[in-house]
Amino acid sequence: MAKKLRTRKHKVVLARSRGGDAGITVVLAILGVFMFLPMYYVVVQSLKPLDELWMFPPRFYVSDPTFKNFKDLFTLMSGSLVPFSRYIFNTVFTAVAGTFGSLFISSLAAYAMAKIKFPGGRTMFKLVQTSLMFHATVTAITSFILMSALGLVDTYWAIIIPAWGSTLGLYLMKQFMESAVTDAVLESARLDGASELRTFWTIAMPMVKPAWLTLIIFSFKDLWNAGASIYIHSEQLKSLNYAIGQITAGGIKRAGASAAATVVMMLVPITVFVVSQSNIIETMGSSGMKD
Amino acid sequence: MSSKTAEKKAVARKDMTRAQWTWKEMKRNWVAYAMVAPFMLIFTCFTVLPVLLSMILSFTDFNLLQTPNIVWLDNYIRLFLDDDIFLIAAKNTLIFAAIVGPVSYLMALLIAWFINELSPKIRAVVTLIFYAPSIAGNVYLVWGTLFSADSYGWANAWLVKLGILSEPIAWFENADYVMPLCIIVALWTSLGTSFLSNIAGLQGIDKAQYEAGAVDGIRNRWQELWYITLPNMKSQLMFAAVMSITQSFGFGAVVTALCGFPSVDYAAHTIMHHLEDYGGQRFETGYSSAIAVVLFVVMIGSNALVKKLLSKVGT
Repeated sequence: MAKKLRTRKHKVVLARSRGGDAGITVVLAILGVFMFLPMYYVVVQSLKPLDELWMFPPRFYVSDPTFKNFKDLFTLMSGSLVPFSRYIFNTVFTAVAGTFGSLFISSLAAYAMAKIKFPGGRTMFKLVQTSLMFHATVTAITSFILMSALGLVDTYWAIIIPAWGSTLGLYLMKQFMESAVTDAVLESARLDGASELRTFWTIAMPMVKPAWLTLIIFSFKDLWNAGASIYIHSEQLKSLNYAIGQITAGGIKRAGASAAATVVMMLVPITVFVVSQSNIIETMGSSGMKD
Repeated sequence: MSSKTAEKKAVARKDMTRAQWTWKEMKRNWVAYAMVAPFMLIFTCFTVLPVLLSMILSFTDFNLLQTPNIVWLDNYIRLFLDDDIFLIAAKNTLIFAAIVGPVSYLMALLIAWFINELSPKIRAVVTLIFYAPSIAGNVYLVWGTLFSADSYGWANAWLVKLGILSEPIAWFENADYVMPLCIIVALWTSLGTSFLSNIAGLQGIDKAQYEAGAVDGIRNRWQELWYITLPNMKSQLMFAAVMSITQSFGFGAVVTALCGFPSVDYAAHTIMHHLEDYGGQRFETGYSSAIAVVLFVVMIGSNALVKKLLSKVGT
């Protein structure tokens, strides 16, 4: 072919018309604005003093930023039914226990399914994969019946144990182990006489660190964002997100504090994601579903 | 010792029945069973059993208090022939899923594709912008502020100021608007796991293939997408599809938070809400189990259908 190859930074880049580049940039910009503006608006609202919050028409910027809304939020918190620190503890405790338990339990199972050939292993994985195809709302009612039969209703366990059975976590971990942990490495460890459990812990686990971070953020964000649960009745066991929803639901005079609360709640998962983004993308590289 | 194992190997496989061999393999791999046991136990208790229990209860009139009687198909007959609100809910759910599923799937694919050639730093920032709404808790409530019923809501304020409206509209209390608005909000929060999976899939394609394609006469980026990119990330496409479909049936909480429960004239009432209504509030467990089974079948069915369609990509 005598066609001249276009290059960009000394690499062949063909099939890129300038019109296409421009079109894509415009579409991306429009969608980007659509995604970003509401997030940005919450932050702006949380920094607005009272008079700017009720300005007509509402502004997309703040001329006299203040942290008063955040202070109001903390004042409102101190008047809550149960000491506010209790809600914070509930969410942090369930998020940490749920996340790390899930990481450990699903890694163990993922290792066995990915790296040991045993009768029924593939069937179990198929079953887990199928469960990704329906949403948990389907099982909510009957799960409740089982939870009460097991005496788990109104305990932390009602939140933590289902998190340990996260099928998405197991799925991603198993797929990543299959591609990142080579059989040769495991084989040599086994020949050295290492037990399967030891091989798992000292050889396989260090090789799948990106997948840990992925499982951690996926599980953590769900538990952190958890609002009212049908399994929890006692006020002193309820989540932070629920409590914040209650105190900011007090009508329009709490609009500022409500925006401040949203900002506080969203900062945590976003920060975790920013820190772990490259690892998550690496893990998702092996997320593909073969059949 | 070594002769003993050799002896054992000698009788292996062909001298045994299939069951014997399986049993032997099971004993040999007992560690593997021990390793999957904690997960499988929880998975069975909180995913498999609830599904089976729903199926069984859907044939009964169980109400949490009295001993259930078997009523066979009565619940299903009542659902499809006697429950007008269920039919509204079914229609809304299908409209919702038919729009949110495919659109969010295409958005997750196209945006990932658009940003694929940006430099890594810029790509990380853009990824964050698109992904953030799906992880940031209930930040979607900001749409309630933007479209609030009074003239301090952004939409009303500008439409009134520009003279398009004379009176503010109560967006989330108006049967004409709740459905489109909820769809927009759902799309806004929909770029989650499938989006990240697509980004990773695109990153994983060997660059040499594009250069080879260029030499082979690929003329524009759309041809490149269809002939090289998509076939190379088929398994990611499959995973992303499953995530998008499942997610498109799970927006009940978003709708309830924005429109209240029940929504005005049941305009945004979905099967998820109907399930919650009968199962969580009226304690008609048998009837709600039938609703759950219908929802389950619809979800699994649409996943199977889409998988079939996707297997044709690039062929």
